[in-house]
Amino acid sequence: MSNKLAVKWGLIIAILLGSVYLIYPNYKWYSKPLADREQLDTLGERPKRMLNLGLDLRGGSSLLLELEVAKLNTSEPLNEAMQRAVEIIRNRIDQYGLAETQITRQGDKWIMVQLPGVSNPQRAEELIGKTAMLEFRIVKEDISVAQAAIEALENSDKPFDDEGNVAPEIAKLVPAGYQLMRTKDGSYNLVTDTATVTGADLETARVVMMGENGYPEVSFSFKAEGSKKFGQLTGANIGKRLAIVLDNTIQSAPTVQSRITQQGRISGTFSPDEARQLAIVLKAGALPAPVKIIEKKTIGPTLGEDSIKSGLFASGIALLLILLFMAVYYKAAGVIADIALLLNFVFTVAIMSYFSATLTLPGIAGMILSLAMAIDANVLIIERMREEKLLGKPVYEIINLGYDKAWSAIFDSNITTMIVGACLLQFGTGPVKGFAVTLIIGLGVSLFTAVFVTRAIYELILTSNTKEISL
Amino acid sequence: MMKLLPKTNIDFLKYRKVYFSLFALLLVVGVICFFTKGFNMGIDFTGGTMVQIKFEQPVEMSQVRSALTATGTNSELQSFGDNSFAISEKSTSEEVGVVQQRIENALNTLNVPYTVLQTNSVGPAVGANMTERALWSILLSMVFIIIYVAFRFNNILWGLSGVVALFHDLFLMAVAFSITQREIDLVVVAAFLTVAGFSINDTIVIFDRMRENVRLHPKISFGELINLSINETLSRTVITTLTVIFALLVLYFFGGEVINSFAFAMLIGCISGVYSTIALTTPLVYTWSHGEYHDGSNNAERPATRQNAEEVVREHQNGFSSRRPASRRQRRNHR
Repeated sequence: MSNKLAVKWGLIIAILLGSVYLIYPNYKWYSKPLADREQLDTLGERPKRMLNLGLDLRGGSSLLLELEVAKLNTSEPLNEAMQRAVEIIRNRIDQYGLAETQITRQGDKWIMVQLPGVSNPQRAEELIGKTAMLEFRIVKEDISVAQAAIEALENSDKPFDDEGNVAPEIAKLVPAGYQLMRTKDGSYNLVTDTATVTGADLETARVVMMGENGYPEVSFSFKAEGSKKFGQLTGANIGKRLAIVLDNTIQSAPTVQSRITQQGRISGTFSPDEARQLAIVLKAGALPAPVKIIEKKTIGPTLGEDSIKSGLFASGIALLLILLFMAVYYKAAGVIADIALLLNFVFTVAIMSYFSATLTLPGIAGMILSLAMAIDANVLIIERMREEKLLGKPVYEIINLGYDKAWSAIFDSNITTMIVGACLLQFGTGPVKGFAVTLIIGLGVSLFTAVFVTRAIYELILTSNTKEISL
Repeated sequence: MMKLLPKTNIDFLKYRKVYFSLFALLLVVGVICFFTKGFNMGIDFTGGTMVQIKFEQPVEMSQVRSALTATGTNSELQSFGDNSFAISEKSTSEEVGVVQQRIENALNTLNVPYTVLQTNSVGPAVGANMTERALWSILLSMVFIIIYVAFRFNNILWGLSGVVALFHDLFLMAVAFSITQREIDLVVVAAFLTVAGFSINDTIVIFDRMRENVRLHPKISFGELINLSINETLSRTVITTLTVIFALLVLYFFGGEVINSFAFAMLIGCISGVYSTIALTTPLVYTWSHGEYHDGSNNAERPATRQNAEEVVREHQNGFSSRRPASRRQRRNHR
């Protein structure tokens, strides 16, 4: 064996070993029972570099959210608001203890939330949907200043919209400096129209299971700055009522007994779960603007299982047929091409594991296309070799010429297909992207296996002074 | 050596008027189809709601339908056998989740327990965005392919004719989906783009042969050069296409619901891709270049004597001898 050939084989074997090393965690993980996997997931002990299964293969839900840009505070650039929104949603979902969720930005104002294994995303929706705008406002007890507005409100069928905003024709009757707000029990209060202390001033929030009136409560504490502001607000308003406003609705309005700086609590008729959600969203912070769900997909676990079974079965049969056909039609050369094809599959899975890529059904289709391209490369090479063989050339020359002449066609066709893949990656979303990623990885790998590896195999065979290769 | 095809010497260019007429016919039929039948666009594009459920006891399709009409839902109903149904409502502008709730309420009136297998609610804005993105990626792919082919083969006409063939394949697929009224979802769009990649692949292989043969047989006429190149690569074309079609047939029959549409699209696209390379790309290159070979670097006309061409083809049939360079180094000198 020449030095050059030894280096080639050293490289191939090293890559193969590396691939096995990368694939092994997948095998170890997916051979565990589902319950064990779920438990390890919640403990955060899932291996990092591993192939993930997409929602279509394992079941789960995805939500596409749109940030209501019109309601954004104008002083904050959209880009920053989006980054903050993604972070806040991630915090909320993470604290709820859902494993392996993916929260990604999509385009200008969309956020994709993927929840594998969750077939009913209702809780997640509630958690995300809460704007969690917490504010503290002082209640104005003397409502005579806004007499006209209050009469209009009492005569109106629907004074407040679903989001708690007072109807505009009523709002314009309220004198400057004040605002009408609904209370949780369906009544209303007149409050100041500015809130100096908000949810942004909170340090932390937690649930108190047995509150004063027997219901769970959420207690919170302030950051240093917030503590100072809250001290000023309460100190200046002793004896007055303080409205605790959550998402435009007054939760409670206790009377301020003394100056408060450290902490407070929100009481109401919360269920334990409601209180827990509230604590989570308060701790994670308020969204810069409300979000709206614009797309929702759920796939039940059985459907995922079915599609993975039939998809894998069919792909397996297709692959076997191809391998068989190549070996029968091209004999030894076909078998060598088959080895390259199998290696292509191994390397592709290894690379995807390394990048923790997500495998979806369209992703499998992308793999199939790249395998087809790998076959085509070998067919091109072998057909060229056949042409040279017909001319009665010696075996080493057949091989060299076969590769040299086929190379330009293989290279150009792979590049053009990669161009398509790149366009898909750029413009595609979700499933189309999954397809593009496996396609591009597969094409790159196929250039290596179908050309470099097969040639190394022929060269190895030639070292034993072979006079003929069956094609 | 096992061979499916004997060595061929078919004059593919002879029938180019037939191919062009067929293409024109396809365009006419296609446009009529698009206007009369249109497309069955999936929820991903139109926006809307789909709920797929499975009843735990046998339920007749008519029962489900009447339950839905009773609640005034304007839904399409599809049965998958084994008591599972898909109910979909397209192009609604209502908020995500409202329609789903309405469908589930309707189903609850049947009083048969069921499990929800799958739901999909897409807002109208998302659908419009998907369509836009899909069209952009197809358009952009085409532009980049023209540029790449023009660059690699020194001639923009080659790139353009390759893209015409690509357009033919995508158009034919679209017609097939319009006639069969199969639903076009995101996976089908992926298939369209895969075909775009695969169809141009065939074109590249033949162009590559032509590029090589230009150097090997400098005296041959352009028409003969094209025919020679197609004939020489024909056995590769047949083998590769057959293997891919094999694989796709298996996926079509056993791959399950989602993969089925993908395989259908790919089957049509792959067959069309092989046809269009032979019947559109190369005849177009021939017609556009007025039967002469133009190289970007020099515009030397190629002598087009019939006798010369026949000589080369005969030589080709007998197996090449002295004209073919024996090594790579010699080939480099030819450039």
